[in-house]
Amino acid sequence: MKLDANARYTESHEWVRLEGDAMVCGITDHAQEELSDVVYVELPEVGASFNRGDQFGVIESVKAASDLYMPVSGEILAVNQELLNSPELVNKDPYGKGWMIKIKPSNPAEWDSLLTPEEYEKSVTGA
Amino acid sequence: MSEPLLFEISTPGRTAFTLPQLDVPATPLPDGYVRSELPLPEVSELDLVRHFTRLSQLNYCIDTNFYPLGSCTMKYNPKVNEKAASIEGLIQVHPLQPEETLQGSLALMYQLQEALKEIAGFAGVSLQPAAGAHGELTGVLMMRAYHRSRGQAQRRKILIPDSAHGTNPASSAMAGFTVVQLPSDSRGNVDLVALKQACDDTVAGLMLTNPNTLGLFEEHVLEVCETVHACGGLMYGDGANLNALLGIARPGDLGFDVMHFNLHKTFSTPHGGGGPGSGPVGVSERLVPFLPGPIVAREGDRFYLMTPEKSIGRVRSFFGNYGMFVRAYTYIRMHGPEGLRSVAEHAVLNANYLKALISPHFPVAVERTCMHEFVVKGDVPGTDVRALDVAKRLIDYGFHPPTYYFPLIVREALMIEPTETESKRTLDAFARAIATIVEEARTNPALLHEAPHTTPVSRLDEVKAARNPILCYRG
Repeated sequence: MKLDANARYTESHEWVRLEGDAMVCGITDHAQEELSDVVYVELPEVGASFNRGDQFGVIESVKAASDLYMPVSGEILAVNQELLNSPELVNKDPYGKGWMIKIKPSNPAEWDSLLTPEEYEKSVTGA
Repeated sequence: MSEPLLFEISTPGRTAFTLPQLDVPATPLPDGYVRSELPLPEVSELDLVRHFTRLSQLNYCIDTNFYPLGSCTMKYNPKVNEKAASIEGLIQVHPLQPEETLQGSLALMYQLQEALKEIAGFAGVSLQPAAGAHGELTGVLMMRAYHRSRGQAQRRKILIPDSAHGTNPASSAMAGFTVVQLPSDSRGNVDLVALKQACDDTVAGLMLTNPNTLGLFEEHVLEVCETVHACGGLMYGDGANLNALLGIARPGDLGFDVMHFNLHKTFSTPHGGGGPGSGPVGVSERLVPFLPGPIVAREGDRFYLMTPEKSIGRVRSFFGNYGMFVRAYTYIRMHGPEGLRSVAEHAVLNANYLKALISPHFPVAVERTCMHEFVVKGDVPGTDVRALDVAKRLIDYGFHPPTYYFPLIVREALMIEPTETESKRTLDAFARAIATIVEEARTNPALLHEAPHTTPVSRLDEVKAARNPILCYRG
């Protein structure tokens, strides 16, 4: 399982990274591996606001459809339009070109309650 | 060798049908409605008959082979059902005929309503919903109407265990509810601690499948019902797995307030290929006023249609999928109470027998005595063979693959439901095929990755089909 050392994580397998005042979010390498080939990603409108834990989108693979959850509360600043035509980027590069949304956090302190890479790895492997 | 499309065997000028002589004055269509070119295939009658006959021979169905598709209850559909459903008097009636001329057909519906009430322990039944998920939506809409009628419109949440069929959250969302997922405990039951935390006055109810999709009886079902009722919620039962309980336990007695039946599963009406299905709903006393109409009622010897006072309204045109009522009613009457009980007993026995044969090859998800179905982890450790490959390879041995990658809570899941109608000989043959495939996985995994080999088309590129679907013929 690959991890991004600079990111924080959720139990529901999203990662978040700080980019200036904004936060960028996607799904983890472990999540894309479990889902297998991703065939469709549905992302929210730019400008929409969500609370932490709200569903912001849907991801569909040949195996299953899953909801995507907001790792922190905030407003959607941008979404990765490339995923609409190339959902396979989530499989190929989950922490890079497979990013999903850019968030303007309404409560930046929520960052501190997210899982560290070590904590996330532990929650997945149960070790 | 795959069957060519009609377009591919088309020859200009051939025709399979001759229109009769025009015996009325010709009326030309207005300009703009007539196409100069209509690219339809042109074939002779014999070409057409052979094409569709060959396609029908490629069809895989319960009448040709074993079909252990988990949670679908692909049991044999007795031919006597078809005989009953083609009785002249039943097929020649029209739903708009006056009631007094429909008495026989209404009597059959009434008897079926009564039988379903008795089988599942409910106070009322509506036969309207057209299939399972439609029955779910109907049931959830009744729950909504019930809470609103009591001034409790704030009950906006429906609790659903993580082992549920995907239709449960879909039906709830469609009825405007918010879905709250409940985890399962280590024995595959609803996690009672999580349930108690989730229960409050915003909960409309809980949707429970019992036995659940792991094929396990909810060991705390009474406590789950009590907990949900105590917070003012209602219990929805997903009747998809009712086959395991026939004549043994009644959902109404366990505390369920509403449940849909799948006539196309439990009661042997055709399943798949468009069925059509039929998903009647049964309810406890307090939901009877909300049932969708029309329902058949009886006064002396007369049967008549009525709609309950607070009904959520119609959910289907006319009376529902009537042909399925005839088949299901025939099935119920052919079996009788003892016969239905033995259906459940043999369904459970067959599943446990097959589980014992397969568990040396694939570990069972939760090691417990199962009900009518069971779930195993279907990958082969030490190889790159996954459940998908095993499923596809089974086709080469003449078996329909089990449900795979469901339930979602089991990695590499294979969900197997043999039903009561299979013989020991068939179950043994299926288990032998599994053993052979596991051996092949170790010696020749490529054979599995490329399977199936014996079908008109081999392994399809499902990823490409999902990403770039081509839905129309492109000549």
